[in-house]
Amino acid sequence: MKSSLQQQLIADFLIESFEGLDQFDQDLLGLEQGSADGETLNRIFRAIHSIKGTAGCLGIQRMEKVAHVGENLLSLMREGRLKANKDIISTLLKYADALREMLRNLEQSGTEGTTDHSALIARLQELQGEPSVASTPSPAPSSAPAPAPAAAAIATPETVAPEAVTPPVSTEPNPPPTSAAPTAEEDAAWGFFSDAPAAPAPSAAAAVESAPISATPPTSSAPTVERETTSRGSIADSAIRVDVGHLDKLMNLVGELVLARNQIVQHIRSSRDSAMLPVAQRLNLITTELQEGVMKTRMQPIDNVWAKFPRIVRDVSQELGKVVRLEMEGRNTELDRTIIEAIKDPLTHILRNSIDHGIESPAKRRAAGKSEAGLLYLRAFHEGGQVNIEIMDDGAGVNTARVKEKALQKGLVPPEQIARMSDREACNLIFLPGLSTAEKISNVSGRGVGMDVVKTNIEKIGGSVDVQSEAGQGTTIKIKIPLTLAIIPALTVRSGGERFAIPQVNLLELLRVESGSAENSIENIFDAPVYRLRGKLLPLVFLNRVLSLEPPDPSTLTSLNIVVLQADGRLFGLVVDSVSDTEEIVVKPLGKQLSGLTCFAGATIMGDGQVALILDVMGLAQHAQVAAVERTAVSAKTEEAQTDEQTRRQTLLLFSVGDRPRMAMTLSEAGRLEEIPRAKVERAGRREVVQYRGQILPLIRVAQHLPGGGEDPIADPMHVVVYSEQGRSVGLVVSNIEDIVEDAVRVEHRISRDGIVGSAVVHGRVTDLLDVKGIIREAEPAFFES
Amino acid sequence: MSTPRQFCTFFVDGLFFGIDVLQVQEVLRYQPMTKVPMAPTMVRGLINLRGQIVTAIDLRHRLGLSSRSADSLPMNIVVRSEEGAVSLLADQIGDVIEIDDETFERPPDTLKGAARELVTGVHKLKDRLLLILDTHRAIGVAQGVAVEA
Repeated sequence: MKSSLQQQLIADFLIESFEGLDQFDQDLLGLEQGSADGETLNRIFRAIHSIKGTAGCLGIQRMEKVAHVGENLLSLMREGRLKANKDIISTLLKYADALREMLRNLEQSGTEGTTDHSALIARLQELQGEPSVASTPSPAPSSAPAPAPAAAAIATPETVAPEAVTPPVSTEPNPPPTSAAPTAEEDAAWGFFSDAPAAPAPSAAAAVESAPISATPPTSSAPTVERETTSRGSIADSAIRVDVGHLDKLMNLVGELVLARNQIVQHIRSSRDSAMLPVAQRLNLITTELQEGVMKTRMQPIDNVWAKFPRIVRDVSQELGKVVRLEMEGRNTELDRTIIEAIKDPLTHILRNSIDHGIESPAKRRAAGKSEAGLLYLRAFHEGGQVNIEIMDDGAGVNTARVKEKALQKGLVPPEQIARMSDREACNLIFLPGLSTAEKISNVSGRGVGMDVVKTNIEKIGGSVDVQSEAGQGTTIKIKIPLTLAIIPALTVRSGGERFAIPQVNLLELLRVESGSAENSIENIFDAPVYRLRGKLLPLVFLNRVLSLEPPDPSTLTSLNIVVLQADGRLFGLVVDSVSDTEEIVVKPLGKQLSGLTCFAGATIMGDGQVALILDVMGLAQHAQVAAVERTAVSAKTEEAQTDEQTRRQTLLLFSVGDRPRMAMTLSEAGRLEEIPRAKVERAGRREVVQYRGQILPLIRVAQHLPGGGEDPIADPMHVVVYSEQGRSVGLVVSNIEDIVEDAVRVEHRISRDGIVGSAVVHGRVTDLLDVKGIIREAEPAFFES
Repeated sequence: MSTPRQFCTFFVDGLFFGIDVLQVQEVLRYQPMTKVPMAPTMVRGLINLRGQIVTAIDLRHRLGLSSRSADSLPMNIVVRSEEGAVSLLADQIGDVIEIDDETFERPPDTLKGAARELVTGVHKLKDRLLLILDTHRAIGVAQGVAVEA
């Protein structure tokens, strides 16, 4: 059985060879008509040379031999020792047909067929006869660029008569027959097939050996023609090569189509034309499929880059005296070709880095109880419209202490920040420019320019890099990149009457702060506004202020919209007037007049036909100098998002209810804390309510919803935690507010019942977490209905 | 010798301008524009020209003339450049006229400011003067002129 690899190799060989032969025919005709230049002969020669080489490699021996004879003739022609004439050309054309026939046989039946080509071979050898007067030893079988001796080159061209068709009476050894036998053996040993050579080899050798004697007529073209008609849908027909330029153009056109589609769909939806609606939906579907289809044509497997890695790994590890085993998974993961180009260098760099810094020397590994050979594991896979690439090693891991020390030494991060940094954050310091922990600079790494360039390059194509490491266990670098660059999903926002698109890759979350609490939730550190997002300070950037747009009309401002963005590893909140929806947009560059604007990454045409600017989040951050405010909020966020859900820093509000002295809820659930005199409590139906900021605030006595709570002696004034959602608020009455703590909380989740969602150890004491939503739902069933 | 050339003509703040017709891709009436915050003032906005995004440059600003009154809408003269199409905003579009080189004269030395740089010459027509605009410079590609106050 042939393995799939063999089959793939053969399929590639067939496609290439058919193409090569077609070009070969054309070039021969050009040669005959005298329209050929020096390159033509080289091309002719190369076509046959590569067929011969690959056939030999794949163990297709008869083809190799036939190709070899022709190659010898062509070699003479290329060296100028033989001039093309009609006879040679037509023999070569027949020769090409013979090769085609073999290829077709190979394609259809898996063997090269049994047609006897000895006459053709004889003829080809015959044609080589004349130049032997130059008395050079017959050309080496694989003499690719071997220059002919000068004397011969000068002497022969004139001496070769156009009709030189002397039969092979010359006494010099005829190279093909003599070399035939050993080649056959060699092939049997070298061939990729373990099974194939046995059968055809002897007969092939015999055929060649008997060539000079047997006088079978040249292969007639009859069977060839027949085959041609039956071979429709064969490999050569089912795959074509296309100029990348065409694909790019097609891609652009599809981009336009997507825009036109967006416009039409939006228009029809707003016109509520029921007859057109299904048409619009169909258009929508077809366009999406077309877009995917065209994108696919530009896709290439990541293996195009990875294929070079085994060699790089070998060289680098040898240079550094390490033993490294490379394993790859997901080689067929496909990516847009522009992205393939863009990740080549970053990946190579990471690989070198992993070997240099990550994997230890064999001696150290042995001492650490690991196998001498370090493992480098590459994995690529698609996930959520993105391509993930992971580079794992089982080396020493990032020495976070050293990284911190270095960062401090070089003044890259302020000391107080370093002190607060988790290991995970410290790992990500390796992406800072100017940081290198290598003790000495090798020519592999250690100059401190590498990883930050890797990061910038990956971010340039809209990707992200993250590093995780465990001391002694190894390091994993995770890269996420978009599938394509031309069409990206983006969020549309409005500010100052203008519309802007924000690339989805930069987007982390959307926050909406209700007007009631809006003024209070934004605090200022001098003139830098910040918002407390789950206990961390989030620097705010007002888009209208940065871009000097008109401020929104305060009367229409019902809430504050914060778009939490990540740029260059920094977190910040962009305050906009309103948030619309997400749309696929086509990125178009801005004209040269606007090239100085760092805040915009380009422009796009929205569904209504209007132009909208695409915000360059990184440029915006730099412009607003978020950079200076918060350098590392970054990794803290990613950490929060990715670490185990159960343990993360949370800010908790501690309070007591009835006979339960210690309960907690997350501070983010508590909109405001109020003290309300009992006298203000009114009744509306069976509910207790108070007037609060012009609204009626229903009160829920938490104790009544907890088991064993019963009536609790309620303090006066009452302590009320106001919970708000979608403009509605409800007040939770508790006995006392105890404290607000920030802690790495490990929440033991259990099925939420009895108004408790789980428990956690806070400051060394077990604390029950209140099921805020559950209790509200129980007391005010209508609260969450929109 | 005289080779007649065709010029697309237009008015900006009462001045009569001409651009070689071969440089003009098309002339459009007012198009809605998307403002570009923080852009040089001469850039009035971006136009969607059949799926292509075109920068619109206000010639009044570019030439240092007074601003257009808010109620008058500018016309677009879309010119070709190596960078793709760029639109020049003018008050009003005139005819395409054919002129001989004979009537051409270099701009007077007393011409100052941005006009000095952008007006390559003057054609003396019967009833008025036609100022020939250097579109290449006008769209700010020639020099760093794009960045002005």
